[in-house]
Amino acid sequence: MDKTINQKAWFLVLPVFLVVAFSAILPLMTVVNYSMQDTFGNNQFFWNGVGWFKELLDPSTDLGGRFFASLWRNLFFSGVILAIEVPLGIVVALSMPREGWRVAFCLVVLALPLLIPWNVVGTIWQIFGRPDIGLLGYVLNNIGIDYNYVSNEVDAWFTVIVMDVWHWTSLVALLCYAGLKSIPDAYYQAAQIDGASRWAVFTSIQLPKMHRVLLIAVLLRFMDSFMIYTEPFVVTGGGPGNSTTFISIELVKIALGQFDLGKAAALSLVYNLIILIVCWVFYTIMTNAGAERRPSKPAKPAKGGA
Amino acid sequence: MHTIPGRRLIMSLFLVFLLLPIYWLVNMSFKTNTEIVSTMTLWPHQPTIANYMRIFTDESWYSGYINSLKYVIINTVISISVALPAAYAFARYRFLGDKHLFFWLLSNRMAPAAVYALPFFNLYSAIGLFDTPWAVALAHCIFNVPLAVWILEGFVSSVPREIDETAFLDGYSFPRFFIKILVPLIASGIGVAAFFCFMFSWVELLLARTLTATEAKPISAIMTRTVSAAGMDWGLLAAAGVLTIIPGALVIWFVRNYIARGFALGRV
Repeated sequence: MDKTINQKAWFLVLPVFLVVAFSAILPLMTVVNYSMQDTFGNNQFFWNGVGWFKELLDPSTDLGGRFFASLWRNLFFSGVILAIEVPLGIVVALSMPREGWRVAFCLVVLALPLLIPWNVVGTIWQIFGRPDIGLLGYVLNNIGIDYNYVSNEVDAWFTVIVMDVWHWTSLVALLCYAGLKSIPDAYYQAAQIDGASRWAVFTSIQLPKMHRVLLIAVLLRFMDSFMIYTEPFVVTGGGPGNSTTFISIELVKIALGQFDLGKAAALSLVYNLIILIVCWVFYTIMTNAGAERRPSKPAKPAKGGA
Repeated sequence: MHTIPGRRLIMSLFLVFLLLPIYWLVNMSFKTNTEIVSTMTLWPHQPTIANYMRIFTDESWYSGYINSLKYVIINTVISISVALPAAYAFARYRFLGDKHLFFWLLSNRMAPAAVYALPFFNLYSAIGLFDTPWAVALAHCIFNVPLAVWILEGFVSSVPREIDETAFLDGYSFPRFFIKILVPLIASGIGVAAFFCFMFSWVELLLARTLTATEAKPISAIMTRTVSAAGMDWGLLAAAGVLTIIPGALVIWFVRNYIARGFALGRV
């Protein structure tokens, strides 16, 4: 579809630009300002140049050590949950019922965890996992597994990962389901005539058709897991020790806990930069994938068939 | 649609996995604290609604729900009304810097809330909006406006151009075309976008908690109060949690037929 060039379209975009700029650019300027200064309290600030950044990127200092430790922890976490949630989401999407009231029922239950406030998600798992009053902790301990997420690092990680799988696999599943729904029946009929196996149908019809939504799913899941804060904070508070302290938790600790504005600002900028780069890579891949196959006919309106 | 063998079993297991922790929360909310702490019961043996009664009768509790709903609704209205014209512009026209602008918007959706917590605190204190629903509503715009633009752009793109051209030939002015023709055509898209704005504003805690003190405290921040000198009030905490799930569940029911397409951001 060709779009016409029209510079007046800027007037339509202007409100969005103003609202987001107010919330994004002004605060970001404050952050840049803080990141270059040091303070000894009483609102007295001193020029510190790139001092904070040097400290941040040097793992031998206290700040740098904490930053890199939480960065690796966070990357490991994102990797693990992507490796679980993406395949599981695809399987769940393929297991959706074909039609009838079951579809609506499954969709509503799948979407339910996504609508629960994040701290309540934390609370749910905090309660569910406790050995004394929670079903999961109680059952695990009774079948002989010593499970306590408050004191054991491995158990804390297990709880945080299972919680994230519980919370977000539905998002991947719903995205894949939307992708699967858009495959015309003719494709399957052709596959049947060719005598294609189920696996062949999956790899050469379903997977390529889901490719676009899967990209969105991976992007959203990576980003959201990379900035995860509330859920692990409620469940483990970043502990035991620092074992589940992710970057956001570290950042809030420095900024609002210790009021170390300079350090927090420098950390914020580097954090934001990492996210910007990853986001740009995904965006480029996504727009290229979109340019390959952008249908010229209008998309079908979603049917209220449930 | 082709599915896989054993799909009933897989789906059932997954749904049980999703519902079990929620059931446990509901179960606990109907128990007394003595029952919770002393015995392990799979359902409440002495069901009580005392926990709920306390929330509905204590103003410091139920005002939290009202505060949360206030900023969620303000935010949804602002997000949708500014995002609609922009979505149309992105779907129909090319203009100077359009791709960069779109990427910039998208990158704001991905920005971690923790980065903005402190600067927002300074900004909204400086302009006197601190501790009002407006502060939280405007702060949540940073991720909801880009998301709304993204979703609505997909829906506008699926409306054939010929409709615009016919309308203009018929003598419709742009605002009239927009309200009378385009908005009804993408009504389901607007519903989906509103659903997502509602959802992300409702579930967010960090910014909402940082930008409020006493007057506009959201329910999710009030919930942390159940820790008292006498230990945790688990039943009350569970009841408050259950009540935060209900608005979400209601909203899902209304958009259930569009959920799948909405989660694909209107791009399937």
